[in-house]
Amino acid sequence: MTGKGIRIEGLKKRYGSGDTAVDALTNVNMQVSPGEVVGLIGPSGSGKTTLLKCLGAVIEPTAGRMILGDEIIYEDGWKVNDLRALRRDRIGFIFQAPYLIPFLDVTDNVALLPMLAGKPNAEARSRAIELFKALDVEHRARAMPSQLSGGEQQRVAIARGLVNHPPVILADEPTAPLDSERALAVIRILNNMARKFETAIIVVTHDEKIIPTFKRIYNIRDGVTYEEAGEGRAFT
Amino acid sequence: MISLAGRDIMHSLGKFIFTGMGLGLLIGVTLSMAGIYRGLVDDGKALLDNSGADLWVVQQDTLGPYAESSNIYDNAWRGIRSMPGVARAASVTYFTMQVHKEDQDVRAMVTGIATGDPGTPGWPPYLVAGRQITRDHYEAVADIATGFKLNDRIRIRRNLYTVVGLTRRMVSSGGDPMVFIPLKDAQQEQFLKDNDAIRQQRRRTAENPAFNQPQMPGLLDAIIASQSTNQYVNAVLVQVEAGQDADKVADTIRRWKRLTVFTRAQMEKILIGKLIATSAKQIGMFLVILSIVSAAIVAFIIYTLTLGKIREIAVLKLIGTKNRTIVGLIMQQSIALGVIGFVVGKITATLVMAPIFPKYVLLEPLDSVIGFGVVVMICMISSIIAIRAAMKVDPAEAIGG
Ligand SMILES: Nc1ncnc2c1ncn2[C@@H]1O[C@H](COP(=O)(O)OP(=O)(O)OP(=O)(O)O)[C@@H](O)[C@H]1O
Ligand SMILES: [Mg+2]
Repeated sequence: MTGKGIRIEGLKKRYGSGDTAVDALTNVNMQVSPGEVVGLIGPSGSGKTTLLKCLGAVIEPTAGRMILGDEIIYEDGWKVNDLRALRRDRIGFIFQAPYLIPFLDVTDNVALLPMLAGKPNAEARSRAIELFKALDVEHRARAMPSQLSGGEQQRVAIARGLVNHPPVILADEPTAPLDSERALAVIRILNNMARKFETAIIVVTHDEKIIPTFKRIYNIRDGVTYEEAGEGRAFT
Repeated sequence: MISLAGRDIMHSLGKFIFTGMGLGLLIGVTLSMAGIYRGLVDDGKALLDNSGADLWVVQQDTLGPYAESSNIYDNAWRGIRSMPGVARAASVTYFTMQVHKEDQDVRAMVTGIATGDPGTPGWPPYLVAGRQITRDHYEAVADIATGFKLNDRIRIRRNLYTVVGLTRRMVSSGGDPMVFIPLKDAQQEQFLKDNDAIRQQRRRTAENPAFNQPQMPGLLDAIIASQSTNQYVNAVLVQVEAGQDADKVADTIRRWKRLTVFTRAQMEKILIGKLIATSAKQIGMFLVILSIVSAAIVAFIIYTLTLGKIREIAVLKLIGTKNRTIVGLIMQQSIALGVIGFVVGKITATLVMAPIFPKYVLLEPLDSVIGFGVVVMICMISSIIAIRAAMKVDPAEAIGG
C-alpha cells in the first residue's frame, strides 16, 4: 500500500449524546489511491454524507484515523491546525448541484480557489482556462453561471474541484441531475482527471447508471463499510 | 484576489441602485433637516449682523427685543448716545404681521428705523435696488423675499407705503422677510387700534369725571391725544466707538440706566439657545428618528441580501474562504449602499429639497462630511446582523444531506 492517496481506519462518528445519540459511522475503513475513482454506495441513512463531511473536515469524527498522503489529519482529534486551509488546498468538492457563485463569471468561479490560496489573478485564471479546455467548456469561460446549461455548470463545478490539484476529491451525487449519457461523460472526465492529476476521487452515488463503471466500491450499511469489487465497465 | 463585494454589486446593480436611491431620499431629508437647523441659526445671525449693532438696550429684565417683548421710552436713545464709548444709538421697533399688497398678503417683520444717515443702527446695510428711506412717512424698504417690487404700494394696517428700496436676506429669526418703515410710522402702526376701539376708549375717558372736568377745558382732549400716541420703542441699538470694549460700554449703560443691555455674543446665545431651542430639539429628534429608520432599512436590506446568499456563503466557507473575506463582502456592500444613498441624498438635498423648502436651508460642507461619516458608520453597524447570520452558516450545509 502506498503512502499516497487517502486512508481511513476505524472511523466513528456519533451525533449528539445520551439517549438521543446517533451512531452514524461505527466502523469505516477505506483506502483510495492516487489516480483511482471509487464509488461509495449505501441505503439512505447509512452514513454516506456523514463520511463525506468527516473527510471534508467540516464535522469532527468521534474516533478513528484519517490519513491524507503521508500525514495523519485526524486521530482522536484534528492533527492539522487550519482546517480551512486543508479544505482549500488539499480537498476538492463537487456537489450534487453545481452551486456556482452567481455573481462571478465562469472563469472566476474556478479561479477564485487559487486566488484564495494566494495565487496572482492571472495565474489563477490561466489554470482555470486550462481545465476548461480539458472539460470542453472553454468557449463559455466568460459567461455567467446562469447562462450555462446544467451539464456545462456541472463541468465548471468539476473544474473548481480540480483547480488547486488537491490529492483528494469528494463528489456527492455528481451525476444525479444528468441523463445517462452526460452522467457517463462526467465519470469519464473524473477518471481522466484522476489519472492526469494523481487524484484520489470518492464518488457518493445512488445512480444505477454509473455504479457499473467503478472498479472498486465501498458499500456502507449502518455505518460500516464493506469493500466490493465493481464491474469496472468501460464507459467510453 | 478579486473583490467579491464589487462583483456581487455589479451583478445586481439595478437592485443596489434602486435601494440606494430609496435610502438616498431618506438621507436627503436628513441632510435637509440639518440644513434647516443651520438655516435657523444663520437667519438669527443674519438678523444680528444686519442690525448693525454692537449692543442691544432693552426693557429691564427682558430678553428683548427678539425673544421677549420689550418696551422702552423712545427718548432713551438720547441718554445712551451721550454715554462714554457710544458712537451711535438709535431706537428700533419690531413687530411681525401681515403686510398687504392689493389682495395678497405676506408675513413680514415690520421694522421701524430711526431717521438719520446711512449706517444708522437698524438700517439695512445694503440694498439690491432703489434707495434708503429718506422721508419721515410712508416709505418702505422691503426684502425681496416678500415678493414686493420697487414702487409697489403696500398696506400695513390702514396706511399705504411706497417701496423705495429692496434688500436681500434680511430676515427675522423666524425666517420672515423684513419690511423697514420710518420709526414714527412703525410706532403708530404698532399702537394703532381699530376705529371702534378708539371711539370706545374716548367714550370711557370722557365718562371718567376726573378727566372730564368742566373747569379745565382742554384736559380731556390732551388726555385723549396722549392715549393715542405711542411713546415706546422695542429697543435701542448701539454702536460702540472704534477701539472700545463693547462689554465695558454695556456695563456703563447698565449702571446708569435702569435697562438691560446685551452684547452681540449674549444676543446670539439668546437667539440660538432660547428662541430656536425648541425648533432645534425638534429637528434633532427628527435627525435621530431618520437615522434609526435609515439604519433599520440598511440592516434589513443587507440582511435580506445576505440570506439570499446563504448557499454561496456555505460554498465559500467550504472551499476555504476566510471569515474576514466574508465579513468584508457584506460590509463593503453595506457601505456601497450607504455611499450610493449618500450621493443620491446629497444631490436631492441640494438640487431638489433645499430650493423648494419655504425656509432657508443652509447645507454646510462640514455637515455633509459628518453626514457621510455617520452614514458609513450606520451602514457598518447595520451590517452586523447580516454578518452574524453569515458567520453562523455551517460549511457542511454546502455538502447537503
Ligand atoms: N446532524 C445530525 N444529527 C443527528 N443525526 C444525524 C445528523 N446527520 C445525520 N444524522 C443521522 O446519521 C445517520 C446517517 O446519515 P447520513 O446523512 O450520513 O446518511 P446518508 O447515507 O447520506 O443518507 P442519504 O442517502 O439519505 O443522503 C442517519 O441516521 C441520520 O439520521
Ligand atoms: Mg446523504
